[in-house]
Amino acid sequence: MMTAKPLIEVQDLVKYYPVQGGIIPHTVAEVQAVDGVSFTVYEGETLGLVGESGCGKTTVGRTMLRLETPTGGEVRFEGANIFDLKGPALKALRREMQIVFQDPFASLDPRLPIGESIGEGLAIHGMGNGRERYERVIEALSRVGLERYHATRYPHEFSGGQRQRIGIARALVMNPRFIVLDEPVSALDVSIQAEVLNILKDLQRNMGLTYLFVAHNLAVVEHISDRVAVMYLGKIVEVTTRAALFRKPLHPYTQALLSAIPMPDPTLKRDRVILKGDVPSPLNPPKGCRFHPRCPIAEERCSVEEPALRELESGHQVACHFAERFL
Amino acid sequence: MPAKSAAPNGNAPILEVRDLKTYFFTEDGVVKAVDGVDFYVKHGEVLGLVGESGCGKSVTSLSILRLIDRPGEIVGGEVFFEGENLLDRPLDSMVDIRGDRISMIFQQPKSSLNPVFKVGSQIVEVFQIHDEKMDKAVAWEKAVALLKRVGIPDPESKAHAYPHQLSGGQAQRVMIAMAMALQPELLIADEPTTALDVTIQAQILDLIRELNHETNTAVILITHDLGVIAEMADRVAVMYAGQIVEEVSVEGLFKNGLHPYTQGLIKSIPVLGSVQEQLNTIPGSVPNLIDLPAGCRFASRCPARVEHGLSICEEHMPNLLEVAPGHEVRCWLYEDAAGHTAPLKPGKGKKKK
Repeated sequence: MMTAKPLIEVQDLVKYYPVQGGIIPHTVAEVQAVDGVSFTVYEGETLGLVGESGCGKTTVGRTMLRLETPTGGEVRFEGANIFDLKGPALKALRREMQIVFQDPFASLDPRLPIGESIGEGLAIHGMGNGRERYERVIEALSRVGLERYHATRYPHEFSGGQRQRIGIARALVMNPRFIVLDEPVSALDVSIQAEVLNILKDLQRNMGLTYLFVAHNLAVVEHISDRVAVMYLGKIVEVTTRAALFRKPLHPYTQALLSAIPMPDPTLKRDRVILKGDVPSPLNPPKGCRFHPRCPIAEERCSVEEPALRELESGHQVACHFAERFL
Repeated sequence: MPAKSAAPNGNAPILEVRDLKTYFFTEDGVVKAVDGVDFYVKHGEVLGLVGESGCGKSVTSLSILRLIDRPGEIVGGEVFFEGENLLDRPLDSMVDIRGDRISMIFQQPKSSLNPVFKVGSQIVEVFQIHDEKMDKAVAWEKAVALLKRVGIPDPESKAHAYPHQLSGGQAQRVMIAMAMALQPELLIADEPTTALDVTIQAQILDLIRELNHETNTAVILITHDLGVIAEMADRVAVMYAGQIVEEVSVEGLFKNGLHPYTQGLIKSIPVLGSVQEQLNTIPGSVPNLIDLPAGCRFASRCPARVEHGLSICEEHMPNLLEVAPGHEVRCWLYEDAAGHTAPLKPGKGKKKK
C-alpha cells in the first residue's frame, strides 16, 4: 500500500467561512473550519477521515472536489493543482472525482426518476447518446445491486439503504477514479449499513477506486479504511495505517476517542478516558495545541506552542509535543 | 397470551407492560406500530430496549406515559406501574405520574427545551407544577444545585442561559436535570446520546449510570446502538416490527442470543479491533406495519427458517416464551405446537427427543 503512487496530495489546505455582522454588514469573524491540513491519498486505497461534528472533515472532502472555494493551500490530482484548473480542464477533472452524500433522503431530486438523476452527470458531460447513457445508468444500477426496472421509479419508492445505493450509482456512472464518501452510512440502520459497506468494498476491489471515507464512527472507519486521518477542530492530529491507529494510537485525542466508543461486549471492562468539556468553537479556537484545554496530559508548552504533524514512526504522523511517551 | 414471567426472586417489577397495542389510524390503513408488547423493569435496573428504526421502541415508551396523540391510539394492553394500571387512569391525572414518578428524556435535547425561557426557569417550572406552594427562590436554588449535579460548569450563571447558548451535550445534561428534579422512580431515556459525539456520549452515559446507582432510579434505555446496550443495560428487550422478539440479561444477549434477528443484528455491526472482510447482512427489509404477515414477522428474512425447513413460521405467530430462566424468545425454533416440534433446545442446540 505504501509503495503505491499518490493520487491526491493535499497541502496546507485552509478554508475559513466569514461571519457577517454589524449594521453595515461586514466580516466580523471567521470560522476556521479547516486550518492547514496536509495529507496524501494513494491510488486504490481508502483513507478514513474521522472526527467529531464541526471538526472540518466534511469541509475537507468538499473543498478537495472544489465544491467549496478554498481559502488557501493546494490539492494536486496526479500532480496538477486542481485549484489552478479552469474551463474544460476543470470539467474533465470533475468526472474523475465524485461524491456520495450523507443523507440519502435529501440528496436525490424527489421529482426525477432515479435513472434520470443518475444519468444527469453523463448528459452534462455530453457522454454518449441517449441510448448509451441509458445503458450506462443500468450498468451502474446493477453494480449496486439494483435492477433495470428501478430506473423509472422515484426516490420515495426506495428505502434508506436503497437510496444510498442510488447515490453510489450516481457517482459510479461517471467512471470516476476517486470518490469522497461523506458519512455514507451514518443515516442507516446497522443491518442496512453493513450491506452498503460491503458494496463499497466490492466496488473498490472490482473497479480500482480510491476513496476518502469521511465519518465519525470509528468502528465503521476501521472496517473500511487502509489508513486513517483523525481531525480535531480544523487540524489533523494523527495519520497512520488502520492497524497502528487502533492498536497503538499516539495522540491523546485519538486515545480518548477510541476509549469513548461503547463496545458491544458486556464482559469488557475498560479504563475509560472520559474527556472533560465540549469541543471549543472553531470561531475562536484555543491557542497553541487546539486540544490542550481537554487534554489529560497537557502542559504549559501546549497552550503556547502549536505542535507540528511529525512522523514518529514510518507512516505514522502525530501532532503532539509529548507523543513519544506513548511509543 | 403466553404466560408472563414475573420478576425473579419474588421482587415485584416496578413496571410491567402486558400485551400493549398502539395503532395509528392513517388514511393508508392501520399502522400497527406496537402490537402486543410484553416486558418488565425491575426496581433500580437498566432495561435496554433495542431495535432498528420503525420497530416501535419509541412509541412503546410514549405509550407508557400515554403521550400518544391522534391518529395514534392505545388500543389494548396494560401498563402496570407499582401495581397500578396506568391505562385505567383518567388521562388528566397522568400529570401526577409524568415527571414526578416517571420522567423521560429525548434524542434531540435542543428541540425538547423551550427556546424562549432560561434553562433555570424551565427546571423551576418542574418544581412548581408539582408543588404550587414552593417559593420561586427556593426552586431556583434547587435548580442550580441540580445543574451542578449533572456537571454543568458554572451552574449559577448557566441557569440564566437560553437553550441556544448551550452545546448539545450541555442541553442533554439540562434535560437530565429536569428529568431527575423530582427523583422519579423510573427514567425513560429515548436515544439520549444518538445526536451527540462519542466523547460527549461517554460523558452522558456516565452521568446516567451514576444517577442510576445513586438514586436507584430504574431506567429504560432505548437505543439502536448495541455498544451502548452492552455498556449500560442489565437486561435487554429486542424489538422487531412492533413486538418483543427476545428478552434476556445483557450477558445472555451477546453470548447466547437465540432469536435469528438478534443474532443477525449482532453479527452485522463492525466491531472495533476485529477486522472482517465482509459484514454479515440481514437480507430483505422490515415488513410493512400496515400489511403485516400472518406468521412470524421476521420469517421472510430469516436464515434459520430456511436452514431448518420450517413451514409454520409463515403461517402462525410464535409466542414470547421463557425458554431458559430469565430468557424469553419469540421463535418457532424453540416452541412446540400442534404438528410442530421445536428443532432446537436453547443452551444445548440439540434436537429435541
